[in-house]
Amino acid sequence: MIEKLPNDPPITPELIDEHGITPDEYKHLLEILGREPSYTELGIFSVMWSEHCSYKNSRKQLKKFPTTGEKVLVKAGDENAGVIDIGDGWAVSFKVESHNHPSALEPFQGAATGVGGILRDIFTMGARPVINMNCLRFGRPDSHAVRHLVDGVVGGIAHYGNCMGIPTIGGDIYFDETYETNCLVNAFSLGVMRHEELQKGCATGLGNPVFYVGAATGRDGIHGATFASEELTEESEAKKSSVQVGDPFMEKLLLEACLELFQTDHIVGIQDMGAAGLTCSTCETASRGGSGVEIDVALVPQRETGMTPYEILLSESQERMLVIVKKGREDAVQKIFEKWDLHAEEVGIVNEDGLMRVKFNGKIVAEIPAAKIADDAPIYDPPTKKPAYIDEVQKWKLDELPENKNYEEILAKLLAEPTIASKEIVYKRYDHMVRTGTVVLPGSDSAVFWLREADKYLALSGDCNGRYCYLNPKEGAKIAVAESARNIVCSGGEPLALTDCLNYGNPNKPEIYWQFVESIDGLCEACDAFSTPVTGGNVSLYNENPSGAIDPTPLIVMVGQIANQRDITTQWFKNEDDLVYIIDGLQEDELMGVGGSEYLRRIHNLKTGNAPVMDLKREKAAQDCCLKAIREGIINSAHDCSEGGLAVTIAEACFTSPSNMVTQTDKHIGAKIDLTELFAKYKRRDAALFGEQQSRIVVTINHTDEWKLKMIASNHKVSAWKIGKVGGDKLEIIAGGNKIIDAKVNDLEKIWKSALPNLFE
Amino acid sequence: MKNKKIGVVVFPGSNCDYDCYTAAKNIINCDVDYIWHKDANPGEFDAIIIPGGFSYGDYLRCGAVARLSPVMNVVSEHAEKGKLVIGICNGFQILCESGLLPGALYMNKKLDFICEYTNIKVEQTDSPFTSLCKKDQVLNIPIAHGEGQYTARKDVLDMLENDGRIAFRYCSPDGEVTDETNPNGSRKNIAGIFNEKRNVLGMMPHPERAVDKKLGSTDGRFLIKAIGEWICK
Repeated sequence: MIEKLPNDPPITPELIDEHGITPDEYKHLLEILGREPSYTELGIFSVMWSEHCSYKNSRKQLKKFPTTGEKVLVKAGDENAGVIDIGDGWAVSFKVESHNHPSALEPFQGAATGVGGILRDIFTMGARPVINMNCLRFGRPDSHAVRHLVDGVVGGIAHYGNCMGIPTIGGDIYFDETYETNCLVNAFSLGVMRHEELQKGCATGLGNPVFYVGAATGRDGIHGATFASEELTEESEAKKSSVQVGDPFMEKLLLEACLELFQTDHIVGIQDMGAAGLTCSTCETASRGGSGVEIDVALVPQRETGMTPYEILLSESQERMLVIVKKGREDAVQKIFEKWDLHAEEVGIVNEDGLMRVKFNGKIVAEIPAAKIADDAPIYDPPTKKPAYIDEVQKWKLDELPENKNYEEILAKLLAEPTIASKEIVYKRYDHMVRTGTVVLPGSDSAVFWLREADKYLALSGDCNGRYCYLNPKEGAKIAVAESARNIVCSGGEPLALTDCLNYGNPNKPEIYWQFVESIDGLCEACDAFSTPVTGGNVSLYNENPSGAIDPTPLIVMVGQIANQRDITTQWFKNEDDLVYIIDGLQEDELMGVGGSEYLRRIHNLKTGNAPVMDLKREKAAQDCCLKAIREGIINSAHDCSEGGLAVTIAEACFTSPSNMVTQTDKHIGAKIDLTELFAKYKRRDAALFGEQQSRIVVTINHTDEWKLKMIASNHKVSAWKIGKVGGDKLEIIAGGNKIIDAKVNDLEKIWKSALPNLFE
Repeated sequence: MKNKKIGVVVFPGSNCDYDCYTAAKNIINCDVDYIWHKDANPGEFDAIIIPGGFSYGDYLRCGAVARLSPVMNVVSEHAEKGKLVIGICNGFQILCESGLLPGALYMNKKLDFICEYTNIKVEQTDSPFTSLCKKDQVLNIPIAHGEGQYTARKDVLDMLENDGRIAFRYCSPDGEVTDETNPNGSRKNIAGIFNEKRNVLGMMPHPERAVDKKLGSTDGRFLIKAIGEWICK
């Protein structure tokens, strides 16, 4: 018998609506319960059926993803994060997750708890987190509000990651008007474990005690999950209490205690309390275990007085875990948590009636079939409609653009463009060297990390160009996957699998949902092309405000493995007299990659054109060629062509590497590039220099290896063009005997390096 | 190196303990054990490393709570016997808080956390930690801290200078000590100091992060190797 608590409000249509439950959903709820819900139960349904927890608007689309593969040990959706085999009994678990809404309102805590949340997802799998990355999207940094956001978000990430002792080794940042009031904060973490250390998030075994571990519960973050499933408006400011506050020190204790616990066989399951807190963790563990869970929330450690069951269940206080302990091992478990000065309270037991039963001082306040609420959430298939702007932008022709012939000036402007400029001032604030495995410091195409425990090398890259996805969601999504794979390959690795964070506007608008569906299709095609399954991730919808939605941003973090240390390759030119080649998949792109480019956007102030063409076969061939050449040992540097086009790619390769030895910082190395041949093929010089045509990699080789590279290229049916030679202290680009760019590397580097400090310091 | 033992202190929130353990184990062929902060009787050690991290979350003030841990009595007694103690980063802050070293570490001049490679100049080679370095040798060792600005009263700074207790100073690759080469605003560019007997060293840069060729510099080996040779004398 459900007891009504004295202060519970009556269940009215208004109250139901306030909980974000539609009339149809309420009908479904009544069917499940067979009676009117209590106030507490209404709260439970509201969070479990929010987009954030139930993926009700996206689930049908997400099912399209390829999720299996011979290296997949735990696939997407089965547990908190996917797990991939990396050989010799070792595995990695990784995932990217958004914390956009909280970061927009309270950047420091929003970003910090984003990091904290993703870390718990990883160590709850049994893995020790060893790598953090983050992909950030902000508005233009000339506004004070944006700079405030950037500073807060970066500070929050640094605060949490540095304290946890997990290196933040890479990621990416874009600055574009589309993210002006809806910044994106997507945090990634990867952990390493032995296969046998894998933990499950399930509650089994009749009578096994359920423990609550970690920080005490407060009123912070109540309705965080529902809040993340709405558009941001001015009223959102008033919802600031929905933002949780992070305590990385507590999380560090929790991490160490849990890892110590995993070395024993005292537990049957563990689940972190993330979105929807205690509610979600109890429902999910019970549902996965095919069991029920009974808890008394009065036993939950609380840091505020007078909390109701509703508040305790819905709180999103951070740094908490639910642990299902084997009966009889309670004391042993207590002892481990005591060692780390943590709360570990027995709050309930596993039962076999399939119910999530919540008591408050012995009185039953909620009783819901666990599997029904976790898995029987409503699923929608929202209507789609191709937005009117699509045809408009896609019919844009290059002829409409006057050619700007001040190439050197354009190059300088692009190098100072915040999206392209050096991000040193950001990554310097992150401890990126702790755990002594960062082989390639932040700044190259991929982050490269040596997993000391397993003696394996990983390459990681996060990518997505939202502007491409706006112009052509399908091609843009394909490019996101292709580029992250290309970055892995440029570092000498082979792509293994990826995790995605799908950031969009309001899915109830058919145009937005069209973008969503199109880009999912693009992602699926690309995943198939590179044989990289999706291991999980998250969906962030409602990234929109009264002035419109963000550009669709299906962000990808690809994880690759580098087979041998000698294959590790960076983007920087190394030796005088090395030859510079382009490995080119020869995409047939009418716009030569100018559509959606930084050149078009920042120099001509146009957001138009079709996204660059991405024929996945050609892309794969270019990548295979590059990887083969790296493995043959002939590649001295490899840098993928992306934002800013060929000219920016070559300039960046001239710059000093953020070396692990400061003693080398004086070394600048230039190049003499002759693009006469390339210009003969392409009618527009500006497009050849700054277009973002895909499937291109700038590599350098020793002149004795030319024939080898040509042979490998012809075997892969891609082109390898010789474009010049490394050397000197200038970047010279020549066409038809005329110097069209002639600049000191030192000067270009200064522009590139000082752009963000000038804006932020 | 039988029967020689190095201890790595673990506070709640230490996070360079694993790196220090691994570096010591790989470079010095002796036993290395973790020492839990609540352990008042961990036995005898020949050298103790207090690693970096955020002990007790660095709430209140860096190192301020850690100094009250039972293990700090062990560290003090160990130091009094003339045995070696090296505090790195948060370890340096704890040694200052506990009075084993003078001075304090403030927020970096620019207020932000900084992680980067720095050059430090070896000022003294007459110590158990720097005996394998040459005078004025420049070591390439990274820093990673938010509060590393070394500060002390003027008389203390003069005393450190006059008694040769400044172990390292931030410098250029050529060994020039200037304001530009000072990453955090430390007085006199100080990156590390000794106690009076020079058996206790505190330093902000992380030698344990500069021991592996595949990660770049191996200059940290000079210090860790020297500790090994000293305890085996």
